[in-house]
Amino acid sequence: MREQLAILVIDTNRIRSSIIEQGLRDAGHERVIVFDRMDGLVRKITEIDPDVIVIDLENPNRDQLEHIFQISRAVRRPIAMFVDRSEAGAIEAAVDAGVSAYVVDGLKRERVKPILDMAISRFNAFNRLSQELEAARNELAERKTIERAKGILMRNRGIGEDEAYRLLRKTAMDQGRRIIEVAEGLVISVGLLEKRDGA
Amino acid sequence: MRRADGDTVIAGFIPLLDSALLVTAAERGFAAREGVSLKLVRETSWANIRDRSAIGHFDVAHMLAPMPIAASLEITSLAVPMLAPMTLGLGGNAITASNILWRRMCDHGAPRDGDPAGTGGALKAVIAASGGSAPLRFGVVHPFSGHAYELRYWLAAAGIDPDRDVEISVLPPPLMADALAADRLDGYCVGEPWNTAAVLAGTGRIVTTKAAIWPKSPEKVLGVTRKWAEAHPDMLAALIRALAAAAAWCADPQNHADLADLLSGPDYLDCPADYCRPALSGELMLSRDELLSRPDFLSFAGKAALSPQPAHALWFYSQMLRWGQVTHSAGREVVVRATYRPDLLEAATGVRTEAASLSFFDGVGFDPEAVADYARAFPIRA
Repeated sequence: MREQLAILVIDTNRIRSSIIEQGLRDAGHERVIVFDRMDGLVRKITEIDPDVIVIDLENPNRDQLEHIFQISRAVRRPIAMFVDRSEAGAIEAAVDAGVSAYVVDGLKRERVKPILDMAISRFNAFNRLSQELEAARNELAERKTIERAKGILMRNRGIGEDEAYRLLRKTAMDQGRRIIEVAEGLVISVGLLEKRDGA
Repeated sequence: MRRADGDTVIAGFIPLLDSALLVTAAERGFAAREGVSLKLVRETSWANIRDRSAIGHFDVAHMLAPMPIAASLEITSLAVPMLAPMTLGLGGNAITASNILWRRMCDHGAPRDGDPAGTGGALKAVIAASGGSAPLRFGVVHPFSGHAYELRYWLAAAGIDPDRDVEISVLPPPLMADALAADRLDGYCVGEPWNTAAVLAGTGRIVTTKAAIWPKSPEKVLGVTRKWAEAHPDMLAALIRALAAAAAWCADPQNHADLADLLSGPDYLDCPADYCRPALSGELMLSRDELLSRPDFLSFAGKAALSPQPAHALWFYSQMLRWGQVTHSAGREVVVRATYRPDLLEAATGVRTEAASLSFFDGVGFDPEAVADYARAFPIRA
């Protein structure tokens, strides 16, 4: 059994970092440390002495991290971006996914590659989840807007809920727009009128 | 990131005042007038700017003047040959000290007018008087930056060894003022508006400026991979024309209020417009109640402000040599000269280069023909 690699995951997004951490543990890596703060990076790196560092690209600490590699005598060996220039595809895949990684010089490529692949696939999975969540949020917001538009019509025209919805749908069909667009237009214009009246 | 069409140029930038040319070109019609659809992407680190330029996410980017040089010399990760076909601004940086450090510097006779020799001397006296207690901590934005070299030059000219007598760390520009307020730094060198941010917050005092340390010196350049520049010469020329027109607009004092509002918006610097005004007007607030008129603090327009000078690239290289970031070779010197390309600016706009500004506050002359000797002659170096 080879000595376990120490992997430091620097990510201020706790949900994403725990997804990465779990993935690495499932793949048999036991020495995975997650760091989610902005300060104390030098001390943490000195303490953990990582073989591999995974960092998200939104993290403004990347410049600090590279500076530490460049100057620190406390860090065991010089650390370089682990994907070498011949692996343009891997670099692109990582940057597309929003992740970067560094590795201690001299580590064998085949030991590091699965860690990168894992990080990339988990970042991509996280991105998909975020997009789905965003879509769900939008859908919820749309439903709320349509409810408000129906309420406005019911109050102002003295009609029932079903009729208010039919009116929105018919207006949308007549104008070749989506129901949500008509509802938004109504809610915004009523909001403007109320503001003016109140002023 | 996928192209919408063949006229689109994607540019990365960092939220700093000297992203003004790119922002103005995109927002005030200068790019569109040249037939360029300029899309801006705000980034959080210079490492991202470098990586996303290298792999082609960005066609061009707002870069620290030494970055394309370091990339072409292959001394950074993901290094690819890069060019700087134009400068995006001269000056714009300052060195800010915490209130506590500034009071100690005043106790040792620091001048109030931002004079670099005087403030450096006072800092040297502060360090000497502290007698080996915890070293002062300074922040810069990147190891290959004008900020790092200016701070180091200023310290070393005063007899302070930047690698032994103080600690220098790297932080993103928008976080500097907070780090000073939280006592994680004693001072920093950064581009505007992040010095004024500390002044207006009442947590820092500007002690000197890049314009005083090295007058009329380049700070940011338009960085582009040689590969992209060679594949899209017409597009690059059109973009350069758009940026030059934007520079003239940015330099006109009549537009400064509009520019401050534009830059401070949520998509760009995302800060109060007040932060942007002092650097644009050249009326710096050194502290809340001390003003300094420095009309050359930040310059956008004119030959000197647009043309990337190979002699300036060589000065940055001399500081890379001085601080041990790279060793000298004749081949490297050739690469450095070829990274700054005033000919591309001239071909696009007709703007010709003029004599490079090579004078420094301490009077030490720089001869671009003797870079290695110049770097070796400094008493304080790595």
